[in-house]
Amino acid sequence: MGTGSLLMLATLEGTVMAAVLALAAVGLSLTFGVMRVVNVAHGEFFMLGAVLAWAVAQAMPSAPLGFVAALLIAPALVGALAWVTDTALLKRLNYNPDSTIVATIGLSYLIQQGALSFFGPDARAVAAPFTLRLQFPGFGYSGYKLFVVAAALLVLLAVWWGLTRSRAGLVMRATQVDRNTARAFGINVDRVYAGTFALGAALAALAAVLLAPISQAHYLMGHDPLLLSFIVVIIGGLGSLRGTLLAALVIGLADGILSMLYPPTLAKILATLAVAMVLVFRPQGLFGDRT
Amino acid sequence: MLQIEGLTAGYGAVTVLREVNLIAEPGRVTCVMGRNGAGKTTLLRSIMGQTTRLSGGIFLNRTPLHNLPAHEVPGHGIGYVPQGRRLFGPLTVAENLQIGLMTRSKSAATLERVLTLFPRLRERLNQQAGTLSGGEQQMLALARALCLEPSVLLLDEPTEGLQPSMIQLIRDSVTSLKAEGVAIILVEQRVEAVLSIADTIAFMAQGQIVETLPAQGIGPEPFQRHIGI
Repeated sequence: MGTGSLLMLATLEGTVMAAVLALAAVGLSLTFGVMRVVNVAHGEFFMLGAVLAWAVAQAMPSAPLGFVAALLIAPALVGALAWVTDTALLKRLNYNPDSTIVATIGLSYLIQQGALSFFGPDARAVAAPFTLRLQFPGFGYSGYKLFVVAAALLVLLAVWWGLTRSRAGLVMRATQVDRNTARAFGINVDRVYAGTFALGAALAALAAVLLAPISQAHYLMGHDPLLLSFIVVIIGGLGSLRGTLLAALVIGLADGILSMLYPPTLAKILATLAVAMVLVFRPQGLFGDRT
Repeated sequence: MLQIEGLTAGYGAVTVLREVNLIAEPGRVTCVMGRNGAGKTTLLRSIMGQTTRLSGGIFLNRTPLHNLPAHEVPGHGIGYVPQGRRLFGPLTVAENLQIGLMTRSKSAATLERVLTLFPRLRERLNQQAGTLSGGEQQMLALARALCLEPSVLLLDEPTEGLQPSMIQLIRDSVTSLKAEGVAIILVEQRVEAVLSIADTIAFMAQGQIVETLPAQGIGPEPFQRHIGI
């Protein structure tokens, strides 16, 4: 394979990585932006999405049908679990930043060990809904991976539209600015928080369902997405959707390209170094407000 | 009519208000005055359900408000202009007003009426609220509350930090709302801003209403005694 083809392949891999990462990181960013909750269990919501996708796909008679069902059911179930978690746990802690970090650490272990108990320690393959292969100059490429990019883009556009154009988005943004004043204008802040936490978790789960046919579903798979999501959210600026998307693109592409050309650990080292630089020189992130 | 009866309230374990009684009648301005820390802002926040109530009650036309969650209070027609405006700064002027309209599902006709009162806001509908001047921000804070078409309006130091022309505009707006039959509770520090529009003046000290007097014919002595002016 020539250098041009290799670079193009690496860029495509990076774009797929960026798409999945953007979905997961936007979920984390929303949760922090609106609720000021650092959700350490975000990676486990991601993992649960993949594991549930496998379980749902197993229960269906055909691969395409199983995948479509997983795409709908897994994020909905994870979102519902997040809603219950918010109401039963985070709300009782009055969304105290320190307490919620500790609580979500505990939650992450519960989810992880729950997945281990119910689904076992083995990595599970989820069949892709189709097996189209596209021919590029010098290499063939999975059509499903390009579908992942398109699907993630579509969902991100929907999230952006929802936040900036819909009534629910307006209510979320108002709550993000000042929850007490939001209450004084009839906004049910508890419901906004529960909905935001559920949406954030569902986005992570959706990213995992899309990724499951490419990697595999496994009860320990939540670590990397959590770390990368935090890296993206910190670089992009906490609570900034625009910054999160841009950072996801940069980190995803860098991770994809560097992982193809060098040992994958190098990509993680560089991403972590980028976070350190941002924290030193621009602590609010590239697009975050200085507060 | 809004009635506060024997209200004792505060924040968590800290009691701020003690046995407060106050009435706001339609078409009348009740002004609450007192030194810093007397409990004026806490009184308004308590009406909005944003404090911990220990005893007593708050009634709107005999309907108890004190058991409602905070977000249900404005739906009963209580408009609130908080101290420091508390606008949704990153949102546009139009979005801030939209939040007000959504509170009681009011229509474009209400928005039109509010924008007629504050025509300068019409020119700035797409501007971020946080980038408005101080006077425009206060206009927006008042306009946002008026989007509820409130029967009771709570104003917490609406003239704070404003230039005289803007103070006059706020005063004219309050007078006009009073004429429309809105019951107004006004927390204010400036005696001259109060005397021309208030019907009743309630003096607060250490979380209690210590004296209530009709505004008409009031002399300087109560102000000197209660707030040292």
